[in-house]
Amino acid sequence: MEALLYQIFSGLANGIIYGSVALALVMIYQATHHINFAQGEMATFSTFVAWALIEAGWPYWGAFFFTVAVSFAGGLIVQRVVLRPIEKAPVLTNVIVFIGLLLIFNAMSGMLFDHTIKSFASPFPKDSALATKYFSAHQLGSAGVLLVVLLALFGFFKYTSVGLAMRAAAQNPDSAKLVGIRVSWMLGLGWGLAAAIGAVAGMMVAPIVFLDPNMMAGILLYGFAGALLGGIDNPIGAVFGGLVVGVLENLLGAYVIGTELKLTVALVLIVGTLTLRPDGLFGKKVVTRV
Amino acid sequence: MPKLLEAKKLCAFYGATQVLFDIDFAIEAGQITTILGANGAGKTTTLRALCQVVRTTGSLAFNGGSGEVQLVGKPTESVVRMGVAHVPDGRGTFTALSVEDNLKLGAYVRKDRAEVALDIEKAYTRFPRLAERRHQQAGTLSGGEQQMLAISRALMLRPRLLLLDEPSFGLAPLIVAEIFRIMMKINQEDGVSMLLVEQNANLALDLAHHAYLLETGQVALSGPSEQIKNDESVRRAYLGY
Repeated sequence: MEALLYQIFSGLANGIIYGSVALALVMIYQATHHINFAQGEMATFSTFVAWALIEAGWPYWGAFFFTVAVSFAGGLIVQRVVLRPIEKAPVLTNVIVFIGLLLIFNAMSGMLFDHTIKSFASPFPKDSALATKYFSAHQLGSAGVLLVVLLALFGFFKYTSVGLAMRAAAQNPDSAKLVGIRVSWMLGLGWGLAAAIGAVAGMMVAPIVFLDPNMMAGILLYGFAGALLGGIDNPIGAVFGGLVVGVLENLLGAYVIGTELKLTVALVLIVGTLTLRPDGLFGKKVVTRV
Repeated sequence: MPKLLEAKKLCAFYGATQVLFDIDFAIEAGQITTILGANGAGKTTTLRALCQVVRTTGSLAFNGGSGEVQLVGKPTESVVRMGVAHVPDGRGTFTALSVEDNLKLGAYVRKDRAEVALDIEKAYTRFPRLAERRHQQAGTLSGGEQQMLAISRALMLRPRLLLLDEPSFGLAPLIVAEIFRIMMKINQEDGVSMLLVEQNANLALDLAHHAYLLETGQVALSGPSEQIKNDESVRRAYLGY
């Protein structure tokens, strides 16, 4: 029983990370209806930036917020420079560009910061009173950070006019232009937000899995599975999906299929969701009149 | 008095296909102007050309109060920001968003928050049906309600010029009468100039001050609505009744 509980809780802790990555994927999907395959590598690169700042003597939270800001700007610039020229291009063109970005960011991480595995500090003290035998302080802290991100996003989309404009632009770009929304900039904003969330996810996962250029490769797959399971257009569903994937992965890994096949769980979930319930568990079915 | 909008040698293209051929027309400030014509004559395209949604050449001089501006070549968003609101065919509401969010989006480019809130209330007074459904997803509205929403959303911009693309399309006669009655009221009380595209010539000529008749992308004739309405040969040749 003890062991089972332990597996569930540590699964939840992983799930929080998958949930953050899923959230970043949903952000871009909502804005552009594309899945950004470079999301993971962009997050890794952001994490390297934070690592370099901390190595240079910056305080952790200073480096954290600076990295989030830089990542936001970086995401925005990538969209403006690389993706804007192909906004009207077919999906496959975009996919190729995403894969190109993946390779570029992966290579840049290796070139600028070296391929050796680095340890990344956790901002949450090890011997905190909050730590229990099931949860480390870092896992609780990451959960708190994710919750803050989620609430901030929820508030942004629900209560600000730019958030509303972003939803409108994603849903009906032609009508959005007719009310004066600069649709192309909304896409850029979506990329910026996604890159910022990705950076948060990267900085939260790095203390657990250690930092190297391929850190996010597997995590992106789990995040993708979580996003699909929860509904690719639903931010809260994505986080929930991430948690479910984390727990499932751990339980199946521990009791059924063994740790070598863990990644298969993500792949099976992706294929399963797409075949049986393409909208995901909480995906919105939009009502339209014929 | 300067014209609100003056089109000279306006051409419009879909890809390589030319749809409008050197058309000239003018819209007087404060008036309702209508464009009539058969299917495929280029009515909808004219509205789209005004908003710069299709590729256009020629001149579109717009005088929205702060000097004359050339609309040709401007991005759609900028044309809208100058005070041109478009109610497109198919209504173009944001179907997954609530009625209220749709109205808020109509005022997206305005910065006067308090006035926007007042205008939303005004829209609800104008169309009480929308007030009842303010938190409902716009896609669940009936056709008539969606048209009311589309017009209300366009008015949220406080436009100088309102472009209306077949507001009567697919609606029951009673609803059409209500919408046209309110459009006339908006024109008379708030002084909003309108460019109306309609299939229903009778209805449009009753409402409009001035009419243009398009035939395969060219202006066949134009004149005051009264005159066109009473000219029997014109009616028989172009309007089919």
